[in-house]
Amino acid sequence: MTVRTRLVLFAVSGAGLGALLLWGLAGLPDFGHFAGEYGRLLNSAAARERHVTNVVAAITFDYRGFDTLGEEFILFAAVMGVALLLREARDDRERPYDEVRSETVRLVGLSLVGPLVVVGLFIVAHGYLTPGGGFQGGIALAAAPALLYAAGRYRALRAASPTGLVDLAEGSGAGGYVVTGLAGLVAGSVFLENFVDLGKTGMLAAGGTIALVNWCSAFAVSAGAVLLFHEFLEEVMYPE
Amino acid sequence: MIPLQVVVLALVGLGAGVVVATRDPIRQTLVGGLYGLLLAALFVVFQAPDVALSELVVSSVAFPFILFAALAKLRKGQPK
Repeated sequence: MTVRTRLVLFAVSGAGLGALLLWGLAGLPDFGHFAGEYGRLLNSAAARERHVTNVVAAITFDYRGFDTLGEEFILFAAVMGVALLLREARDDRERPYDEVRSETVRLVGLSLVGPLVVVGLFIVAHGYLTPGGGFQGGIALAAAPALLYAAGRYRALRAASPTGLVDLAEGSGAGGYVVTGLAGLVAGSVFLENFVDLGKTGMLAAGGTIALVNWCSAFAVSAGAVLLFHEFLEEVMYPE
Repeated sequence: MIPLQVVVLALVGLGAGVVVATRDPIRQTLVGGLYGLLLAALFVVFQAPDVALSELVVSSVAFPFILFAALAKLRKGQPK
């Protein structure tokens, strides 16, 4: 294709796409005028019905908990796919030694590992009280071993996250979500029904099954991310 | 729309251009991560702190880590 044809093609399709976008935007409600009745409804009902203060968590882990289960398993399947493709069947190679040489990077980076774990746990634990939750806190937790590698050494990352433990957390997190859902089916009438005592609004011990599946997804997400880090780094760290 | 929202929106628009204009993949990964911080700020000023946190952890931890690993692998395969 010549440059001229490309330009003509871009001009036509660009103008068409722009017109479609403008047309679509013109049909949106005005700025600040929220048109979702369902959202308004849940905003007023969630705190009363589920005893949690973060309505987003009540939606993702309860009212729409089944959707989140699907998302959970998309992540699970993606991580399993990477592990299937990249993991060595029998890995008896000696792990390489390496170390970040800069004292400053080591000092600053490694001193942040502890705070990162605390922040991650905080974001998970308070997921249904304040913004955050299993996904956000889970990735923040996975950042701690990643930092052990980035500011320290590869062996520190592997020592802090043994494969058996990571696999266990990944499986029990994804499985725990399903089990909680099935328990709701048995104890109540529908899958993921909130059957646990709802506790007192504003406390950590509140929200019933929201707290349970929140922690399940934290396990699954953090372990999934660490697993990805392992598999990708193995590709880089070993000689061909 | 309050002025802060206008400013952050403009920065996000500008930042997207900067990410595209960065040609070196390693730099682009870093710039892309910083762009994620801008997006997180955008979500905060539009009152979506949950989404902001998700954006923050994905763009500053998971995404760059995997990209850097892939880039390192590619670089290893290239003749020096």
